[in-house]
Amino acid sequence: MDLVKELLNGSRLALARAITAVESEYDEAIDIMKAIYPKTGRARILGITGAPGAGKSTLTDKLVKQYVKAGKKVGIVAVDPTSPFSGGAILGDRIRMNDLATNENVFIRSMGTRGSLGGLSKKSSDVVKLMDAFGMDLIIIETVGVGQSEVDIVKNADSTLVVLVPGLGDDIQAIKAGILEIGDVFAINKADRDGCDKLNVEIEMMLDLDSRKLAWRPPIKRTIASQDVGVEELVESLDDHFEYLEDSGELQKRRAERTRDEIIAMINEQIGRYIADKIVSSDSFAEQVEAVNRRESDPYSVVFNVTDKVLKA
Amino acid sequence: MAEKRIRVLVAKPGLDGHDRGAKVVARALRDAGFEVIYTGLRQTPEQIVEAALQEDVNVVALSLLSGAHNTLFPKIVDMLHEKGMNDVLVIGGGVIPDADIPGLEKAGIAAVFTPGTPTSDVVDFIKKNVK
Repeated sequence: MDLVKELLNGSRLALARAITAVESEYDEAIDIMKAIYPKTGRARILGITGAPGAGKSTLTDKLVKQYVKAGKKVGIVAVDPTSPFSGGAILGDRIRMNDLATNENVFIRSMGTRGSLGGLSKKSSDVVKLMDAFGMDLIIIETVGVGQSEVDIVKNADSTLVVLVPGLGDDIQAIKAGILEIGDVFAINKADRDGCDKLNVEIEMMLDLDSRKLAWRPPIKRTIASQDVGVEELVESLDDHFEYLEDSGELQKRRAERTRDEIIAMINEQIGRYIADKIVSSDSFAEQVEAVNRRESDPYSVVFNVTDKVLKA
Repeated sequence: MAEKRIRVLVAKPGLDGHDRGAKVVARALRDAGFEVIYTGLRQTPEQIVEAALQEDVNVVALSLLSGAHNTLFPKIVDMLHEKGMNDVLVIGGGVIPDADIPGLEKAGIAAVFTPGTPTSDVVDFIKKNVK
């Protein structure tokens, strides 16, 4: 496994190639992941999410500069949407991070969602693991611009930063049920715009009403990412949260849950693949569907027949 | 299970500030099912080569209108090779005089597309030549 050896020795080209193999599910992907897995679990993982145009990439750029200044090695996984029609994508997050492109302590990888709907790519967490094994201290996952319910990030990161912008007015109501619930830290970006105070009050109110009474109260920080305003304070809040996670035992808990969720997802995928390969493509399955269409059978009986057969196999 | 998806870096080296053409090409490549990484204006060769490496692209598509193509295009090809990226297809586009094209091809630019080229030509060329 030369690629893995080179990756662990610090070859950026090997890291890039390993990511491609894993993202594209090449035959060697599983062997690569098996080989690097023991080297993972060391990096701190930060998720950044928010609406399209909220300033996630610009803020990521500024945050990373702070961490690099502090001597950290940083990996960035930047996700943008894949077209449901062509399968193509325009991955444009790098535009905001050009200064970081040639920094030897930073590695940026853009990913298309490739059909996933939760704001990430199915392979994002594997790419994070590759960067972790490569020796990154901090890995930032930047989600696609999200609406209400793309909250997969919370299962993939240690801390989640939700980036909001003032002036969306009543839209704040609409997103209350989804992404506002997942923030460990909030940033109100473009804070020089009208409506900043109002948004601040609304988030505070929402946090007041949280019945879970958690030990961590998510702080709200104001930033103007394009002018590098408020970024140091935001870094402090993010570091505070990570410290809280470590001290409270929450970090271990979150990571243990993540491992469990990942294994369950992989089992589901494997079973799904088996069903697609062995059952859905079979003649007898087609006949059963036909029978349902003629109303001689019903979907529930077919499901029972199929699962019964799979479980006995 | 392998799912080969062609990844293209669309980059604008040098100092001209016009990226309408690059954006049109980026959009056409997206619609052809490619993953297009767009990095914006005024990129140094170092930035372009490092982005190509990190993104592990199959193709680097350079757009340039400033007249510096004879310097910048070959430099980028050389730097890609230095980094071990020998199998990347490098193509160019923009306002490039016909007389310069043979020299660029000799320097490792696989094809040069000048104004008026249908975007489908670019897509077809990539599909045929990507390794």
